[in-house]
Amino acid sequence: MNFFQIIDQLAAVDPDVLDRFDSRRAVFSSLGSAAKRSALAATPLFLGALFQKAYAGTKSTPVDVLNYALTLELLEADFYRLFLAAGTLPNAAATAAITQIKKHEDAHVALLTRTIQAAGGTPVTGTATSGIRFKPSAFPSTYAGQLQVAQLLEDTGVRAYKGRAAELVGTTLLTTALQIHSVEARHAAHIRVMRGQRPWVSNTDDVATNPTYTSGVTGTPSTQVTTPGGAFGIPAYTKASPAENNTIQVNLPLTTALATTYDAADVAAAFDEYLQPAEVVDASRAGGLLA
Amino acid sequence: MSDNLQPRGSDDTSFAQPLYTPIKRRSFFMYAGATAGATALVLAGCSKDNDPVTSSNLINVGSGDTGVLNYAYALEQLEAGFYTRLRTGTYYTGLGSTSAEKQILDDLYYHEVIHREFFKAAITSGRISDSLTPDFSKVDFNSRTSVLGTAMAFEDLGVAAYNGAGQYIASPLYLTLAGKIVSVEARHAAIIRDLVGEATFVGNDVVTLTTANTSGVTTNNAPANSSLERSKSPAEVVATANTFLAEGSKLDVSGLK
Repeated sequence: MNFFQIIDQLAAVDPDVLDRFDSRRAVFSSLGSAAKRSALAATPLFLGALFQKAYAGTKSTPVDVLNYALTLELLEADFYRLFLAAGTLPNAAATAAITQIKKHEDAHVALLTRTIQAAGGTPVTGTATSGIRFKPSAFPSTYAGQLQVAQLLEDTGVRAYKGRAAELVGTTLLTTALQIHSVEARHAAHIRVMRGQRPWVSNTDDVATNPTYTSGVTGTPSTQVTTPGGAFGIPAYTKASPAENNTIQVNLPLTTALATTYDAADVAAAFDEYLQPAEVVDASRAGGLLA
Repeated sequence: MSDNLQPRGSDDTSFAQPLYTPIKRRSFFMYAGATAGATALVLAGCSKDNDPVTSSNLINVGSGDTGVLNYAYALEQLEAGFYTRLRTGTYYTGLGSTSAEKQILDDLYYHEVIHREFFKAAITSGRISDSLTPDFSKVDFNSRTSVLGTAMAFEDLGVAAYNGAGQYIASPLYLTLAGKIVSVEARHAAIIRDLVGEATFVGNDVVTLTTANTSGVTTNNAPANSSLERSKSPAEVVATANTFLAEGSKLDVSGLK
């Protein structure tokens, strides 16, 4: 198998193929590395994965990634608007925390909107009554229920940002995405403590079996997400992401592969896991909370 | 770079197994299953000249993805060393066996030790010393204020470091891996801050609430009111981290750019 011959043949039928590799800079550097190792170039698995990478993301541009993030931030911001208006917050500390978090989500909405506009894209939109907003019928009536949704939304946000970061390698947007990602993790930790849960995702969480912490979707997800506030493309869904109770990192079973054996719960909690967009917008997760 | 994280991503679809992989590593597929093996792929390469070189009295973490991984490994060694050491101080030993604070500090200990041991096992080529010597002489392990204040400094620094180093990672696998760790560090930082002062899980010192972030590396900058975590350049991070490392274990991160 001649690797470069395949690329050339592909380029003949799809003139954009080299751009596809190039736009995924990391894929391109993998290619360079592989070229140095001619033996590897003959590995069908390697080729398959390379093309999957190059084509899987075809539908997503940086603006698509930003609109996906903006959709989640709009959903969170509207949820906290409802939370503050519900009149269920039991004390000043809780009110202060939710007010603070709402302020952050509003700031993220504003930042992402500006960034998409600056990139020449059309940002998705949402208000209290139209576009991307929290589904009123899904809003719980009790403080405990509201706080639980807050935890699920924040932990989803952490998984969602993690799931797109690799697409931003080589762009200036990467650092911004990371800077939002860790703020969402701080929110999640605080909300969890307000609920009497551990600050990190734990196998002993009261909602550990919620789809927020598992992975996968049913059916064949579309690569186009359409919301009342706008549409954007997402990468094709191929296989389930790791669930939050995952204990294997880069093929190392961390409970047994290290110098000492470790508890599965500690190993799982030491690493947060990503979700792909198709999983996040699935009706079992954040997608089911959109109006 | 392809020599670095030998076991390849079971949870990432984009990396292949090199043909020269040692037999020992192949056994991981017994655990990870055939699917993991089938989706494994090669990692982006970096040449031998990226290997860390120890010059003068500093530990040079190297450059490229190896350098970033070593940088993370060094910080995890420091954190793990801290949470290990605090278990011998009277603040920790005096905590009730079922107290929330003890449970949190126990979890933090395990998370950080697992992070350290993970990097040690996963960086198979060009890895820095496994035994950096910390200097905790400024910490009073018998004092809650001193211990939690130091924990907060370490956790906030860790988040700022990972966020600021992401831009130097070329491999999507490593970037996702760093992402899996940094959000756990952010959760640590938030709870430690809440222990130090009620509802201080975010503050203007770590998130751009009322003032902008200014870093020596402009990518890290963020305007006031943007609610972004303040990320720091490796040079800015080691200016603090090195004050907790003994002579001979201090870091040189000049290769990270």
